[in-house]
Amino acid sequence: MDKPLLEIEDLSFSYKQIIALESVSLTINQGEIVSLIGANGAGKTTLLRTISGLNVHKKGKIIFNKEDISQTESDYRVRAKIAQVPEGRGLFPILSVEQNLRLGAYTRNDNEIEKDLEFIYNKFPILQEKKDEYAGTLSGGQQQMVAVGRALMIRPKLLLLDEPSMGLAPIIVEEIFSVIKELRDLGTTIFVVEQNAFLALKSSDRAYVLENGKVVISGKSADLLDDERVKEAYLGA
Amino acid sequence: MAELFAFLLSGVTVGFIYALVGLGFTVIYNSSGIINFSQGEFVMAGGMSAVFLMYAGVPLGFAFILAIISVSVIGIILYKLLSISKDSSHISLIILTLGFAIFLRGLAQVIFDKQLHTMPSFVGDGSFEIFGAILSYQSLLVIVVSLIIVISLYLFFKRTKTGQAMVAASVNVDAARLMGINIKKILVLNFAISAVIASIGGILLTPITSTNYEVGIMLGLKGFSAAIIGGLGNPWGAVAGGLLLGILESLVAGYISSEYKDAVAFVVLLAILFFMPGGIFGNLKAQRV
Repeated sequence: MDKPLLEIEDLSFSYKQIIALESVSLTINQGEIVSLIGANGAGKTTLLRTISGLNVHKKGKIIFNKEDISQTESDYRVRAKIAQVPEGRGLFPILSVEQNLRLGAYTRNDNEIEKDLEFIYNKFPILQEKKDEYAGTLSGGQQQMVAVGRALMIRPKLLLLDEPSMGLAPIIVEEIFSVIKELRDLGTTIFVVEQNAFLALKSSDRAYVLENGKVVISGKSADLLDDERVKEAYLGA
Repeated sequence: MAELFAFLLSGVTVGFIYALVGLGFTVIYNSSGIINFSQGEFVMAGGMSAVFLMYAGVPLGFAFILAIISVSVIGIILYKLLSISKDSSHISLIILTLGFAIFLRGLAQVIFDKQLHTMPSFVGDGSFEIFGAILSYQSLLVIVVSLIIVISLYLFFKRTKTGQAMVAASVNVDAARLMGINIKKILVLNFAISAVIASIGGILLTPITSTNYEVGIMLGLKGFSAAIIGGLGNPWGAVAGGLLLGILESLVAGYISSEYKDAVAFVVLLAILFFMPGGIFGNLKAQRV
């Protein structure tokens, strides 16, 4: 039986008068890669921001690891091990690569931080080379590596990725997604938001489709690839 | 030559105080995007409470510590007021800081008085002679303590985890929150640090220029000018701007007339805003993003 890590129940959120999420319910099981696809403005980023506590929702529940975290602050959720690579990466451009990575370990006090830093430098050798350079001077792909590495420094149980492919060359996108799969094999559960539906469905176990703030389709990613509605709306077939 | 040197030395002394006030503006601006127009009143409150604690018989060192603590509490109260404000647009929050400044000035008149007060030099009345110019021990103390503050702030932001979190929060609030940084705590800390810097400036300045309930107006405006001249948001710019202002003022007062002294800051400020709106060093934040 699958063990649910994140359960979202009947979640709604609105920006002043505009409804961004309407009764969204979804489940992410331990060890899965789940993708969320949908058009621009469907509410994908809003959903991730709400899971991380950057948006305060009034209705619905977010249950993480059997604990209702709906009313908690964003820093509590990071301590609970929810990490997010935000849209546009959210790097601190005037800090060095290594300073950015170390900020990922802000909530940690254990003595394995150096070890994890080594792990990230092994995974992305180019970052070690550029560790003293300002993060703002790196190429788009390298910045995405810093953003992913920084989130990994949290040692997340759940990693949320918002459009990791945005603005990157296809070869780099492939690299990022192969890293995502490796991370899953190391035990991290992953929830990835993508506009590139084909890529998202190919790389995930299950998927949800968001339209105008509502979940309209969900299922195994492989099945969704063959779903007529998905094909028509998102795969351009 | 000796005359020029004397003007330069007194300019640098006062300039460091402006630099401290400017740094206070910078610290709060970078973390919250707000210009805190109570900054000058923090300086006043530091000097005045130290004086009155001294009158009350509190030993000097202890009086300083108490004064610094009380001003940092005032800083935290200001933050609390700003954070509960229903209208959170920057302009209304900035106006709130102006109101708070007027309130502090009034409070100082009631709690203290309207007289001019001074303190004896903390390090004795001696002085050095450098190239024929006199530098009092107290002035040297101002310079040394200010330098220590500037350097420790730099190291704090560069080398400590909390300092880095503060920089991160000033660059990108959402990303900082995703690192698990508690923004409210960071803001409280910023207001407290800013108040501490200002109150130290106020205490250091008191034996040199005396203090009363309204010295904060001019000091605040000059510190603000220093921050703008150096490029708002750039801590090194605030220090350089403060020193530049202090020296220019002193030269104008010495060679032209002391009546024009206060005008210098605003003439320079206007010139900078007209010709180099980013300040002499530009705004680092705007450049690097």
